[in-house]
Amino acid sequence: MRIPRYQTILFTVLLVASVGMGVALWQLRERAHQRLLSGQDSAPTQAPEVAPSEQATILLASDADGTLLAQAQSLPLPQDPGARARAVLGKLLDMYAAADAAHPVPGGASSIAQVFLLPAQDGYGRGSQSGASPGGRGSQSKDPMQMGPELAVVNLTGAFVASHPSGILTEMLTVTSICGTLHANLPRVTEVRFLVDGQPRATLAGHADLTRTYLATEVVPHP
Amino acid sequence: MTALKERRWYGGVLAPEVRYLSARLEIRSIFAAINQALRPSPCIWVLTACMTVSQLAAAQAPPVSAAPAGRFVVVLDAAHGGDDAGGRLGNGQAEKAFTLALSVRLRSLLAARGIQVTTTRESDATVDLNRRAEIANHANAQACLSLHGSESGSGVHLFVSSMAPVQPARFAPWKTAQAAWVTRSLALAGTLNSALLQAGMTVTLGRTSLPAVDSMTCPAVAVEIAPERDAGKKPIAELDDPGYQARVAETLAAALLEWRTDAWRTTEAHQP
Repeated sequence: MRIPRYQTILFTVLLVASVGMGVALWQLRERAHQRLLSGQDSAPTQAPEVAPSEQATILLASDADGTLLAQAQSLPLPQDPGARARAVLGKLLDMYAAADAAHPVPGGASSIAQVFLLPAQDGYGRGSQSGASPGGRGSQSKDPMQMGPELAVVNLTGAFVASHPSGILTEMLTVTSICGTLHANLPRVTEVRFLVDGQPRATLAGHADLTRTYLATEVVPHP
Repeated sequence: MTALKERRWYGGVLAPEVRYLSARLEIRSIFAAINQALRPSPCIWVLTACMTVSQLAAAQAPPVSAAPAGRFVVVLDAAHGGDDAGGRLGNGQAEKAFTLALSVRLRSLLAARGIQVTTTRESDATVDLNRRAEIANHANAQACLSLHGSESGSGVHLFVSSMAPVQPARFAPWKTAQAAWVTRSLALAGTLNSALLQAGMTVTLGRTSLPAVDSMTCPAVAVEIAPERDAGKKPIAELDDPGYQARVAETLAAALLEWRTDAWRTTEAHQP
């Protein structure tokens, strides 16, 4: 059976068009790639924004007598509440990681992965109006009058939990100093919950219960 | 399956009622089977009705205490064990081994003083936190001590549940059963504190949330032993020091003996 001439011509034209379009598409892709690479500039074009230093209250634990002592510290504090919470907790854990700490816990500021601020359950029923605010990037309700009590969800790193000393006293002091420091600097934070690497965990290092909601308002520093 | 879950959830708190209701259900099913096999007869219906009425009346009665009146029982809960090694102590010893050794020593001292002791474990075995509370609750104890060890801090740390005291109720939620006993637990912690201070030890008192203790229906205190340190935080008595262990155990035994005297003096010791 012989193929008609017009079909051969049509097939040839379509084949040439397909190959041509493929080549054109490849060239366009290469050009776009080059354009993206040329637009990428690793050099900073804008100076990083440094938050002004402010006074923060850090509740420091002492293993010797099992107390919390309020201490004023000057540190850069961002305006965003989530980033602010992370900054004060970072300072607290940096002080615990110091060599002469009264409550030695290794890890430092990097042990706080995120702090999320959510409306507390008793927050005047405004739970659905303002969303979560992940540390450093979240946005809070613009109207301060709309703000009620908040629940802080502190996401700790697995490395911090793995290296935390084991014991009822030391674990309890870590948990309560985190709760108290949050409440001292963000008074609207009334409740605190903990996650480890984004997951719920039974205990901090075998003792302190991390499944419950802690009331930050109950933490009273030593006078 | 649901019945099993419920029984476990209530654990020792409501075990007598739950067991009783289960028995009642079994008896009913036996009568139902007889009815089906032999055809219903007025005699069987009367018997069934009598049985149900009498058992319903009995179900209204308060649960019978597992322990006879006047018996003084102490529960010793050696924390961790088995797969759960607990913390690592200064000499490389696991916390589970330290707590078991302390529990055995304390049990001997209490038994020598005529006090009946129930322990949650006698070997390096894994015991679930709920199971520990169940053992304590079934013992109907007048004092429950959860024993821990730690390298942090100094001396002996005494912890009572951080729950707010509540009035005792017939139905106690498993996870907050200790709330009705917090006042007695604080009194027990006070007795232990006085004895330890008199023995010249450093004592730290605190409130915390420990799942096993929070489910106990007895005066319960978590006792955490740490090395004794001087003012410069230098250890003067380590946890592996047999003399230090003996001193702590003897002081705790003496305090429990005093607690028994107080408990017999007040009738509140048996019910919150």
